[in-house]
Amino acid sequence: MKERNANVSGRDWDTDSESLTEEEIGRDVRKIMNNGRGRPPYPDRQSGRGRRIDEINKTVYTDEGLTSYETPRRELTKEDKKRLKRQEASERRMRRRINAPYTFISYAFVLVFLMLIGYLVYFNIYERDSIQNSPYNKRQDSQTRYVTRGAITAADGTILAETHTDESGKESRSYPYGNEFAHVVGYDTNGKAGLESVCNYDLLASHYNIIDRVTNEFTGQKNPGDTVVTTLSVTLQDTAYSALGERRGAVVVIDPKTGDILAMVSKPDFNPNTIAADWNDIISVNTNSQLVNRAISGLYPPGSTFKIITALSYFQKNATFADFSFDCEGVLENSGHTVHCFDQTAHGHEDFELAFANSCNCAFSQIGLDVGADALRSTAESLLFNQTLPCLLGGKKSSFSLRASDGNADMMQTAFGQGDTLVTPYHMALIASAIANEGVLMKPRFVKRVESIDGNVVSKNDPETFKTLMTRTEADQMKNLMEKVVTNGTGSGLYTDWYSAAGKTGSAEYRREDGQTGTHSWFVGFSNVEDPDIVVAVIAEDSGAGSTTAVPIAREIFNSYYSS
Amino acid sequence: MIQLPSIIANTASVVTQLAKYLFVLLILLFVLLDFSYFSRKGQKAKNALVAKQIVIIFIFDTLGYVLCFLHTANLFYILMLGGIYAYLFVTLSGYRMMYPKSSMLLVNNMLMLLSIGFVIIGRLDLAEALKQYVIASGATVLAFLVPVIIRKLHFLDKLTWLYAILGIASLVVVLALAVTSRGAKLSISIGGITVQFSEIVKITLVFFMAAKLTEKDPIPFRDVVITTMVAALHVVILVLSTDLGTALVFFIAYIVVIYVATGKAVYPLAGLLGGSGASVCAYFLFNHVRQRVEAWRNPFYNYDTTGYQISQSLFAIGAGGWFGTGLFLGRPETIPVASKDFVFSAICEEFGGVFGIALILICMNTFLLICNISLKIENRFYKLIALGLGAEYGFQVFLTIGGVTKFIPMTGITLPLVSYGGSSVLSTIILLAIIQGLYILREDEGEERERERKRLGY
Repeated sequence: MKERNANVSGRDWDTDSESLTEEEIGRDVRKIMNNGRGRPPYPDRQSGRGRRIDEINKTVYTDEGLTSYETPRRELTKEDKKRLKRQEASERRMRRRINAPYTFISYAFVLVFLMLIGYLVYFNIYERDSIQNSPYNKRQDSQTRYVTRGAITAADGTILAETHTDESGKESRSYPYGNEFAHVVGYDTNGKAGLESVCNYDLLASHYNIIDRVTNEFTGQKNPGDTVVTTLSVTLQDTAYSALGERRGAVVVIDPKTGDILAMVSKPDFNPNTIAADWNDIISVNTNSQLVNRAISGLYPPGSTFKIITALSYFQKNATFADFSFDCEGVLENSGHTVHCFDQTAHGHEDFELAFANSCNCAFSQIGLDVGADALRSTAESLLFNQTLPCLLGGKKSSFSLRASDGNADMMQTAFGQGDTLVTPYHMALIASAIANEGVLMKPRFVKRVESIDGNVVSKNDPETFKTLMTRTEADQMKNLMEKVVTNGTGSGLYTDWYSAAGKTGSAEYRREDGQTGTHSWFVGFSNVEDPDIVVAVIAEDSGAGSTTAVPIAREIFNSYYSS
Repeated sequence: MIQLPSIIANTASVVTQLAKYLFVLLILLFVLLDFSYFSRKGQKAKNALVAKQIVIIFIFDTLGYVLCFLHTANLFYILMLGGIYAYLFVTLSGYRMMYPKSSMLLVNNMLMLLSIGFVIIGRLDLAEALKQYVIASGATVLAFLVPVIIRKLHFLDKLTWLYAILGIASLVVVLALAVTSRGAKLSISIGGITVQFSEIVKITLVFFMAAKLTEKDPIPFRDVVITTMVAALHVVILVLSTDLGTALVFFIAYIVVIYVATGKAVYPLAGLLGGSGASVCAYFLFNHVRQRVEAWRNPFYNYDTTGYQISQSLFAIGAGGWFGTGLFLGRPETIPVASKDFVFSAICEEFGGVFGIALILICMNTFLLICNISLKIENRFYKLIALGLGAEYGFQVFLTIGGVTKFIPMTGITLPLVSYGGSSVLSTIILLAIIQGLYILREDEGEERERERKRLGY
């Protein structure tokens, strides 16, 4: 045996069947390793390096010199083979242990690669549309090479905007109703606005049937873009538009149960058909700012319509209106500050309902002082003041800035809607919507569905709840107050046997450019109080008291709704 | 560009519409073959698979350049295609003749990624594609020497400090340039050829770390500290030269190498902790870091300034959707540096998101091939080199693709082999040649073992 070890280089390998101990095999191999060329076996050419691995592999490693032997000179016994196999197994285990961190790193990186892929998939499914629709994205317009811009229609399918192509292939966008839908439908030349802007992606996508589409692609024909079906009602828009007349201002009509925007008018307006030609006039010195959609971006002092918020805050604090009474003398003084009722009318003895119906500034100043700035603020913010409103077309935030430290004078002014508070007509319509719909604000909806030119629905917006702004009891209480405004208060102009109505008027004072005090005429309310049908918000700039201008406009809209 | 008669222009766009699906099909097939390689039994089946991939690469380049020609009527594209054929032929036959034992799958991956680059760069700017082609060809020829060097030079692991000094000296030159040009220049021009040193230092840093950490066994703590300090010096110089992407790549290479060398999780954890701390410091110290994070969080907020690039990139990827607009039918030229850092966005726009995913899978396959070598080779020095280089490659892919898709903040780094950029292509080709060298060593080693096993008769 010793002899065999000595001759381990193999020239005359002992053939005796005596089994080898592992230690002996190890010695064998070390001999092999150090034999011949005097170099340890491949790949460890450097002594001391990688020693650990080499020792694990000692039974199988061989020196290059050995490779010249073609066949083993000695058959291994079964035991030898078994042992060798065992050793190989332990060697494999050892290698696995050394390789563990390597494997871990590989898996970690594979995970990172998969995350990249996952994110790309996520991006294409969820983020793509908003990226495509970004107003900064000019790339959409390259679609116009392949797609004819789709139409925008009213809820009943009446065309509000469409593209005509003449024989020479020249396209023009036409708006059959001209100025009437100017702000809400928008325009597509000289930039984009309104639905033309926010629905740009849908209008330039074509879901025309696939065979025609491919044929068109191959023949170089344009595909027809999809149609955007809005929630707008031509009748109501018509009525609101003509009722507002030449006045500046805005009208918003909403279905409180679905959130559908039925009409949205803003004046002064412009003609989207000729906007390219009129552009210089529109943007030049004149300060009409007729491109601004006042319904969603006009910030106005709310005037007495804000008493809805103050009243709600009072109810939230006291849980009842029954304990309130007030003697109005037309003027109220507190901490050196005086407030007047509109036209300095003295309303006499009032309970809460009457104070609200009379729109009594003195009473509401007192209510404001009772409620306090913090409570009023929290009510206002629960009604979405200082927050971005849910609106497809964008628009401004209403602002409520009163703080407890501002003092009584500001408190009193704010309580009846003057002070620094600013609202958009759209926002007032949303608040009235929530009151009309048992406290629940539906997500305002401009687009009912998008369909392909051949009438297949591409995407659909079903009515959905946006947020509960107040409890059902609170909503009922507010409804009751607002109904009294019509039955025996400033909104009596709406009183009729035809339908019931509820609302709140406002006469919001502001400083005109000529330095005089002007009055914006406000109304916000709804019809069919038991089961409200439509909510109307009206503001007519510089048009006097709410009851004189805004209420008649609202009446025309209600009448129009019930006569069709 | 010449104004084409409308009939030709129409044909071009029809062909393009068809071709875009063909491109997706080709790359998906390539990926499928990539991942089924190891399940194929027998050398013959494997060879057949590799041959199929080669056919795909040729079709891909042909299709891409013919489309370029149809859209521009520029005959040079056809000439260039001939050049690409020659390059593919020389590379494929070169490896087969000189190194029959090299990994043909890795060669194919390299050629496919280069081809994608040739097509998209060619579509954007023919002159850049030509430059890329010349550099790739030169680098490939140079790279043929690398496996021999690895095979014959047995003292590569003795040059520890040479690697460190080379690396740091190069980076100092870069820093000096960055300082004098206020961070605008990260490369130096020698005889008309711009060299971005940090690309080359990627390799020397890994060699240094591998050499230092295999000097003694077990690794003395002192060596860990020395390695850390040298690696940190590399990273700090790069951060100071505002080359954040490469700095991060180095940092990850360090974390990976130190972890696999020691097998102790505490080192990488400490490293990551320190790295996070350093990132926070960098955020507050450097304006450009803050800008990038800001652009990442809200690209449209700073649309006109820092958010512009990433916004354009997202618009491009969005425009492409799943199947792309078709070559020449998108507007990738509106993306800043579309052929370099944002090449992935340009690819997603015209080839589509599915193609982009397939591209990521090819990169992942390349990474796995590198890992496989590191697992199978026995010598620790080579093991560390393989995984260190692999980690650099993998992380760079992550940084660039993650950056342009807004998955992570943009770091400004190229997509290896695909992006236009001489130094990047050169260093990646050399990197893969080193891996090939190791692969060949391992194949020899495997054969030795097999022979010995046979000899012992079990």
